Amino acid sequence: MIKRFIDRAGWPRIIIALFLLGLFIAAPFVGVRVDTSLSNTLVRFGMNGVMVLAMIPMVEAGCGLNFGLPLGIIAGLLGATLSLEWNDEILAYLIEMGLRYKISWLTDTFVMNWREPLGFASAIIIAIPIAAILGWFYGKLLNRVKGDEMMIATYVGFSSVSFMCIAWLLLPYKHPTMVWGYAGKGLRTTISVEGYWLHVLSDALAIDINTENIHLYIPTGMLIFFAVMAFLVWVFMRTKTGTAMTAVGSNPDFARASGVNVDKMRTIAVVMSTVLGAIGIIVYEQSFGFIQLYMGPFYMALPAVASILLGGASVNKAGILNVIVGTFLFQGILTMTPSVINSYLQTDMSEVIRLIVSNGMILYALTRKVRAGR
Amino acid sequence: MSENTPLIRLDHIGKEFYGNRVLSDISFDINAGEIIGLVGENGAGKSTLLNILFGMPVISSTGGHEGSIYIDGKYVNFTSPNQALAYGIGMVHQEFSLIPGFTATENILLNREVLNGSSMSYVFSDRVSTLNREAMNERASAAIHTLGVNINPDMAVSEMPVGYKQFIEIAREIDRKNTRLLFLDEPTAVLAESEAEILIAALKKLARSGIAIVFISHRLSEVKELCHRILVLRDGRLITDRNAEELTMRQIASFMVGRESERREVPQEAVQQEEAPDETQTLDGTSAPSVKKKKKKIRPALKVEHLWVDMPGETVRDVSFEVMKGEIFGIGGLAGHGKLGIPNGIMGLYPSGGKVRLFGKTLTLNKPRAALGRKMAFVSEDRRGVGLLLDEPLDWNITFTAMQTQGRFLLGIPYIFQIRNEYAMRKEAQKYIDRLSIKCTGPQQHAGELSGGNQQKVCLAKAFVLRPDILLICEPTRGIDIGAKTLVLDTIREYNKEHGTTIIITSSELEELRSVCNRVAIVDSGRIAGILPASSPAEDFGMLMTGQAANNNEDEEEVKESA
Amino acid sequence: MIRKLFDIIANNAVPAVFILISAFAIPLSGYSASYLIQELLTRIGRNSFLILSLLIPIMAGMGLNFGMVLGAMAGQIGLLFICDWGIVGIPGMVLACLIGTPIAVVLGIFCGHVLNRAKGREMVTSYILGFFINGVYQMVVLYLMGWIIPITNPALLLSRGYGVRNAVSLLSIRGILDNLIPTVITGTQGAGQFLNVQGGNAFILLQMPFLDGTIRIPLATLIVIGLFCVFIVWFRRTKLGQDMRAIGQSQAVADSAGIPVNRTRIIAIVISTVLACYGQIIYLQNMGTLNTYNSHDQAGMFSIAALLIGGASVSRASIANVFAGVILFHLMFIVAPVAGKNLIGDAQIGEYFRVFVSYGVIAIALVLHAWRRNREREAARRSLRGNRGGE
Repeated sequence: MIKRFIDRAGWPRIIIALFLLGLFIAAPFVGVRVDTSLSNTLVRFGMNGVMVLAMIPMVEAGCGLNFGLPLGIIAGLLGATLSLEWNDEILAYLIEMGLRYKISWLTDTFVMNWREPLGFASAIIIAIPIAAILGWFYGKLLNRVKGDEMMIATYVGFSSVSFMCIAWLLLPYKHPTMVWGYAGKGLRTTISVEGYWLHVLSDALAIDINTENIHLYIPTGMLIFFAVMAFLVWVFMRTKTGTAMTAVGSNPDFARASGVNVDKMRTIAVVMSTVLGAIGIIVYEQSFGFIQLYMGPFYMALPAVASILLGGASVNKAGILNVIVGTFLFQGILTMTPSVINSYLQTDMSEVIRLIVSNGMILYALTRKVRAGR
Repeated sequence: MSENTPLIRLDHIGKEFYGNRVLSDISFDINAGEIIGLVGENGAGKSTLLNILFGMPVISSTGGHEGSIYIDGKYVNFTSPNQALAYGIGMVHQEFSLIPGFTATENILLNREVLNGSSMSYVFSDRVSTLNREAMNERASAAIHTLGVNINPDMAVSEMPVGYKQFIEIAREIDRKNTRLLFLDEPTAVLAESEAEILIAALKKLARSGIAIVFISHRLSEVKELCHRILVLRDGRLITDRNAEELTMRQIASFMVGRESERREVPQEAVQQEEAPDETQTLDGTSAPSVKKKKKKIRPALKVEHLWVDMPGETVRDVSFEVMKGEIFGIGGLAGHGKLGIPNGIMGLYPSGGKVRLFGKTLTLNKPRAALGRKMAFVSEDRRGVGLLLDEPLDWNITFTAMQTQGRFLLGIPYIFQIRNEYAMRKEAQKYIDRLSIKCTGPQQHAGELSGGNQQKVCLAKAFVLRPDILLICEPTRGIDIGAKTLVLDTIREYNKEHGTTIIITSSELEELRSVCNRVAIVDSGRIAGILPASSPAEDFGMLMTGQAANNNEDEEEVKESA
Repeated sequence: MIRKLFDIIANNAVPAVFILISAFAIPLSGYSASYLIQELLTRIGRNSFLILSLLIPIMAGMGLNFGMVLGAMAGQIGLLFICDWGIVGIPGMVLACLIGTPIAVVLGIFCGHVLNRAKGREMVTSYILGFFINGVYQMVVLYLMGWIIPITNPALLLSRGYGVRNAVSLLSIRGILDNLIPTVITGTQGAGQFLNVQGGNAFILLQMPFLDGTIRIPLATLIVIGLFCVFIVWFRRTKLGQDMRAIGQSQAVADSAGIPVNRTRIIAIVISTVLACYGQIIYLQNMGTLNTYNSHDQAGMFSIAALLIGGASVSRASIANVFAGVILFHLMFIVAPVAGKNLIGDAQIGEYFRVFVSYGVIAIALVLHAWRRNREREAARRSLRGNRGGE
């Protein structure tokens, strides 16, 4: 019984889960509050969840781990910055629409009261088509390089991030909160979303208990948003297309013999991954409070990849449960190690532990014996 | 035989794989300078015999073999191919084992390079000594010269014609100082006629220098021309061991496929089959011409004209045939000659060309979807590679194709939103699990965990779910045990009877085809050598398989060069 | 014919594009010839060794060895020790190499074993392995050094008493190899000045009247690099080299011929890792400062980009590719920021541009490689029918 559980869960996962459990147990003894730690873990879970979710379609379609996540993130960043740049115009346009088409509820007051969620929605709505277009080209590229997807994805991610570095400098953004003050052009490295859509999801329906004994903060809105996204992905993987996609990842020759267009399924998967990545980064930013441009998205794929692997996914199989377990474990470790280990050892080892755990996990997945045959 | 000790003596060699007997009681001698022809169908036990002689790990890891081998009168028991090499046994495999970017010299002397002595080699190992290119070229040229061909030793293998590659392979074996016994597995399969002649001359020359040669081939004319003695294997037994002059080609062919008198129950069964469907009277052919006469009356279910298929290892060059409605049509022939390419090409799995008509209407080739859409179903010979989703449950495996091509097992609105109906999937899977008695824990078990025979049943279930008009089945009994074999064949037969489905079976086992099919086509070198009623004598099939077709079936032969 | 043409273009497209970019950017930058030559020579001396270390795994069919950062880390550990012990000059460098070698060998063997478990995806695995070992390296350098591993020099340690500072000065060995045999080339009028500067030190003086300034040549470094090239040429001709080429083309055939495939692959990685270790030491003696936590990261990326820009591919690379790559890549490196500034008025753009180019080139090279391999596979299948059908 226990052996079967270990076989199914895999040693690395169990060790890390026990490690995390140990950290939670040890926390009170070194003066770290469990409740705040748990709150932090939940917040980070919500922030990163959607980006980890973005791994599922590509893994399931057999395109490997999406090291090219930065491509989706870039689409998200474009959506986020454009929503800020055009915020006033968008709101004004909505009011005008309300007047023109006599939509009774779409009034000044409504728009002004809901300006933050509307801004957030506009960021996502702008980001999705950009991500879809980028993802389509990216998918076409990956179809031509079957077998080498992961390495190429990594460098597609890197080169697109560095290309966007140039673009952030040159694109004609004007909004004073976003461009460098002295030059009047070129976007800043970090842009605050305060006053636009800061914490618009996190604080929605949030549970914030702040008494003497207990400090608990649950970002309910963000968790619900994640749950909705996860549900949508879950449903999609159960549609005809989603089933075909899974079959493509499981055995492309079988899928082809069953009349499935393998390349098309892979392209759809890549587009989905990219779109989810774009949404994911916007969710991340609304909680984090800042849009990080330039080299910010550079290494963002690695934690997401490590999370889903930590959750029990392999290079060609992944599910929602893997995302939830993995993100929780990974973010839990990231939250707990600085606080617990630092108070114990008086040093900050979190960066090192993050490097070793995340990359160790990816290495483990890459060197695991792949199914024999073929 | 002779008073001298033979070079190698095999004494009552036998082998079982997990209770499955593949070789029994093989005994023969080979003398120096002798050329032996080893002939047998696929699965006759040739490769197992070779594996034993070469000490392949497959043998020792499955409990070794029975009987004993003597070289120069001394008992030997090889546990690794290197030991066999040390005794001077060389082997040229059917697939090339050459490095494309290397020159002829580099390939001939691969891992036997001539090295310059160097002081470094004492400190480290020989591997840090530099190569002596001149000496290497000399040795390679010498080896090539022995064969009587002219190949530039500096030519890269990737730029050589196929025939040259075969010579390089042989030269590599000759270069070994001590090679005394050389096995050649189908060496002429890839050669043009003129090249084959050169090779045969070269082999005769080699034999005169004292090297014994075992020549494995199905081209009986070559075997007869080259070999001194001919051994025929069938079903793991040595059927005959006679001097080449004493045998006619027809005799050899009949030894290979089994004599008419040895057919067990098969004729009756075949006749039964033929009589069963009344409306398809054409099937009752006793000879090829009669089939042809009646062809005109009933329209064929499937008509294939000048089909070619690029399937690696199973290339189809130019194939034309017709299959009647309700018929069970067999495609046989030796491995590598293209019989598997035909169904795979029709289903669009490999690039193909030519014309295929289904009930008179042309089928779009190279599109699996088109073939499936015309109500054809396919059971692949590559069960684990193409036939199954090993990592998914059985209900997925059984219903997936129907879901994707026919939109069944789905809930929702087509083209807008459809979610899979897991309940219906499971129910359908359970239905076939019961009907075909598939041994499993239920529809949720992963296909990879089943035994070969049960996996094959899953593949059949997958095809049956499609309710096909035409069913193409490749190698239905490959790699499954005898009990399961009968079950699978019975299932196919019953399905044909119940639904009147036209079925095309491709198999390496001629007996199996003859027991199930109405007519059997034999494929040789990518072309149809002939189509015979299943009741024809076995040696006729044997002659077709071994390239002796020309005078037997002029009317079926429509061989033309395709571009 | 058309395929050949396609091959020629595909093989040389990357260097050609870079020559074009440079041709535009050099005049834009306004640098003098002597400045550019000086800079290039310095960078050839600094980087070539590292790039050369990539050649052997490519030969063995293991692709671009992203795991070379392992060797770089080993070299850095060696340097940290000699800094702590205060050993200067050439003995210091030699000692650093001696300390780095066993570490590099161990890491190389580990890397080789890991890559043997991940055949077919060596590159992505070695890339992640680099990150993983980076974590271990950071743990050792940041926590264990000065605590378990005896490092006492306060100039190295963080103020908290253990862990190495982010920037370590390598003044004690700075330029020591570059200036071992001081050599300059100078225009005529510059000669006098230089004599004054050099004082009594011996140097070789070459006069090239067309130059407008003075160029120092890191002669000793170039000699070491030259020796290394000789080593590679020799290595290719050994039995081991031949075995690696065989494995690189077909592991299955090499295996059936009795070549120990896995062992040979490990040897290839070990050699590469050890050489990368020496390369990093040479690189850092030229730079003069060690960024404890960053230097090695960049070593891998820039070396690989340079090699690819020189016209190498994932499966084929020569010594000529190395030098062409160093020159083209670093020419762009020097010129791009200034050209960017003069063109658009922002030096930052040139900075980002060269980063983009480095990554872009690697991406393109990987795509071309995969693409061509898939095409070849298809062509091989087609030729099967052609050859056999034509009888």
